[in-house]
Amino acid sequence: MVNPTMNRLSRNLTWLLSTLTVVVLLFGYKTSTGGGSLSADSSAVSSAGTAPISGSSSGSSGSSGLSSDPSSSPSASSGSSSGSSSSAASTVTGDVAQTRWGPVQVAVSVASGKVTDVQVVEYPSDNPRDAEINSYALPILIKETISAQSANIDMVSGATVTSGGYIQSLQSALDQAGV
Amino acid sequence: MSTATDDRVVRRVAHVMGMPISLALRGRHAGDLEAHSAWAEAMAALKDVDRVFSTYRKDSFVSRLDRGALDVVDCPPEVAEVLALGERARRESGGAFDVRRSGRLDPSGVVKGWAVERAARPLRHHLDDTDFCLSAGGDMVCHVADPARDPWRIGIEDPHDPTRVVAVVPVRDGAVATSGLAHRGGHVVDARTGRVPEALASVTVVAADLVTADIDATAAFALGAEGPGWLAQRPGRTGVVVHADGAIQVVGERSHAGERGQ
Repeated sequence: MVNPTMNRLSRNLTWLLSTLTVVVLLFGYKTSTGGGSLSADSSAVSSAGTAPISGSSSGSSGSSGLSSDPSSSPSASSGSSSGSSSSAASTVTGDVAQTRWGPVQVAVSVASGKVTDVQVVEYPSDNPRDAEINSYALPILIKETISAQSANIDMVSGATVTSGGYIQSLQSALDQAGV
Repeated sequence: MSTATDDRVVRRVAHVMGMPISLALRGRHAGDLEAHSAWAEAMAALKDVDRVFSTYRKDSFVSRLDRGALDVVDCPPEVAEVLALGERARRESGGAFDVRRSGRLDPSGVVKGWAVERAARPLRHHLDDTDFCLSAGGDMVCHVADPARDPWRIGIEDPHDPTRVVAVVPVRDGAVATSGLAHRGGHVVDARTGRVPEALASVTVVAADLVTADIDATAAFALGAEGPGWLAQRPGRTGVVVHADGAIQVVGERSHAGERGQ
């Protein structure tokens, strides 16, 4: 009873650490494509240290794994889970990890040494068994901002929407579509 | 990922406290009379809160309290409750969040989340086997009655282009609040300096309840460049920070989940 559990945990931990590398790349990529004054390097590291995915089973060890990871260059994507990225355009899909909170799987697209897209194929909150743990879950960043319709969303969270501004808001469109 | 057969979302909208209140329901009572009466009860709760706390109404308890015409003990007990929340937020944010600013009492930053949590009670207690998402001007409480059903998918508005979203958060039971300048210029001020924070475009916080999410989003936004670091240390929160330059950062650690891992 104990040993299989431990084995599974340590496998998950290993997987998560490799996944976290991918996630760091995502953050680094997002930050660097955000343009502006923040340097991609420092931002990537700082967001890595606070990445919520580390709150999954690996906890603090996940965080330390991240911060020791010199991951700020997007071309360091060979750290991704399958490790088979090449210089040509390719998509690497990690194995599904059965974490304590449910399956996690990440796919990363790489072209010319740069991460061009990251998709969370599966995330724990889709697993109903641990809904209590995932009552509030990881935000999933979208590579390019997309319209509400394509995102398939139920509600919009935004800075205080007044009744005056509501008419033009996304939420308004959603409300009308649903009635 | 599966789409349940009763996934049809029924929506309602009303305007209270100068804000659009949106309700989405799915499940057994989504479209029936019980939903109708729970919604009416929720709206009545919000209007009650507005009568007590509105800073726009000169006759509200909070306005009279601010003028010195009343003492806290003369107010309904909710006023003391909200002021205590405001004080907690002030301490925890190092003073960036303050319901008293320039000599004025304005607990609006605390009241909203607190009020929506109260308004959600009839939905939670009277509508069995029914999922709801109740949003007040972009801050919301979510509940899914049956964990086999899909989570609510909450889009995080792009503060630089409110017709688009930058992230999606799947939420079954919890709250989402966003603070920023997108719709109301200069609404949030760093109470320590009195200035409008400029480093961030918006902060979204996902937490167990809307009081927490709302306070933390406002405080992190007011803290400006220090906001993401501050938020990262708050237990049980996740968040999305959109920097003024468009960079996007996910913040937070689900430490309660990590502890449970042992």
